[in-house]
Amino acid sequence: MTSDAARVAVVDYGAGNLVSIEQALAAAGATVHRAVAAEDIGDVDLLVVPGVGAALPAMTRLAAAGFVEPVRAWIADDRPFLGICLGLQLLFDGSDEDGARTLGVLPGRTVRLDGAPTLPHIGWNQVSLRRPHPAFAGIADDADFYFVHSYVGRPDPTAGDAVLADTEHGVRFVSAVARGRLLGVQFHPERSGESGLRLVENVVALARRPVVEWSAA
Amino acid sequence: MLRCRVIPCLDVANGRVVKGTRFVDLVDEGDPPELAERYAREGADELVFLDITAAPEGRGTLLDIVERTARRAFIPLTVGGGVRSVEDMRDVLRAGADKVGLNTRAVAEPDLVRRCATVFGSQAVVVAIDARRVATGQGIPSGFEVVVNGGREPTGLDAVGWARRAVGLGAGELLVTSIDRDGTKSGFDVELLREITSGVTVPVIASGGAAGADHLVEAVRDGGAAAVLAASIFHRREVSIGDAKAVMAAAGIPVRMTTSEVTA
Repeated sequence: MTSDAARVAVVDYGAGNLVSIEQALAAAGATVHRAVAAEDIGDVDLLVVPGVGAALPAMTRLAAAGFVEPVRAWIADDRPFLGICLGLQLLFDGSDEDGARTLGVLPGRTVRLDGAPTLPHIGWNQVSLRRPHPAFAGIADDADFYFVHSYVGRPDPTAGDAVLADTEHGVRFVSAVARGRLLGVQFHPERSGESGLRLVENVVALARRPVVEWSAA
Repeated sequence: MLRCRVIPCLDVANGRVVKGTRFVDLVDEGDPPELAERYAREGADELVFLDITAAPEGRGTLLDIVERTARRAFIPLTVGGGVRSVEDMRDVLRAGADKVGLNTRAVAEPDLVRRCATVFGSQAVVVAIDARRVATGQGIPSGFEVVVNGGREPTGLDAVGWARRAVGLGAGELLVTSIDRDGTKSGFDVELLREITSGVTVPVIASGGAAGADHLVEAVRDGGAAAVLAASIFHRREVSIGDAKAVMAAAGIPVRMTTSEVTA
């Protein structure tokens, strides 16, 4: 591994498939390790919080492994962060799914995707950017990504500027948020074929870049 | 708009992809990870991997093959076969599966569906229902009976009632296979699909009997399926994923088209 490879820690809090995101990050040239406790995060360029499922068991496990304050501090310092699926939903204040209090780094709540013709929302759907973002460089607007979820993050109006993309499944919902060097996506880039791998590559390339380069198109 | 998924199924016995009429005349179709990679490249929307020897023979799922498959295909992977507990499911997810299919064990122990959904979320729990037609007047109002252990063992359960119950317990998706049609190439059992899809809001994957792209269209248009699954027609290249999707798109069904298919 070359010395200029981006170093990435993937937060491992117990359940779910980490093989796919690790493989996608490695394919993008990153050096990847799993962090099972906060002290394992180490000196990395990018922190990834993946995950599926419900908020309360996830927050319980994150708290037990000491992750809650370090992850909040990481984001408060505007260090590069990628939240995927539940890892996006946890950024908000709380979840209607089970009443969990979540990380509270973005104003808003995780709510059920009411109005959807089928739930869970499972499959490939289009992601429509509201503004350009370098994480989506080289990816067509309205490209298909893979979703598997029943709840969505709903930012408060005060966090409206963080909304990066939306998607329609009976109703429109927020499918990506971005602020500073934070990116959160409701879909699974590690399961979204070539478009997903391109997004992971872009984020890995951004991991060592200053914040100004995270907002340019 | 949500796309209708086209899903190749990899039935695996002793580490190889096989296909026959369930458990009879199994024909070797290739190496699981190799086929998975090929399908991902050709535009498959998802893969289903069934360890068909796991449940009858009482073995655990072949986790190393799951992991090798997951590492080569950057599309979602559902794994079924031999999952008997929350711990089994955890192992399969950690090996690289995104969803786990529960079939025989869920019928024997429905609470397993609830426990798995509580721990991993409904979106990770697929209940697979194998059904066959039975004569009316046998205590099965819909005329479709659940069968288990690879289709060999009748249960006396009504497939439509079991589908609703499984969703109530936390199943996030149903994989509905017509055992009558499986391997026969006579098309999906559209009536079975319609009976089940009209009673649940979760996505239903149609399985069993596909011989051509027109059958895939029927399962979606007439059966209400959110996804269509087939094995031998893809393994033997009788229909390509791209051709299947082109026929579906022409019938007005939204599908994901990938660049490699456009240029193919």
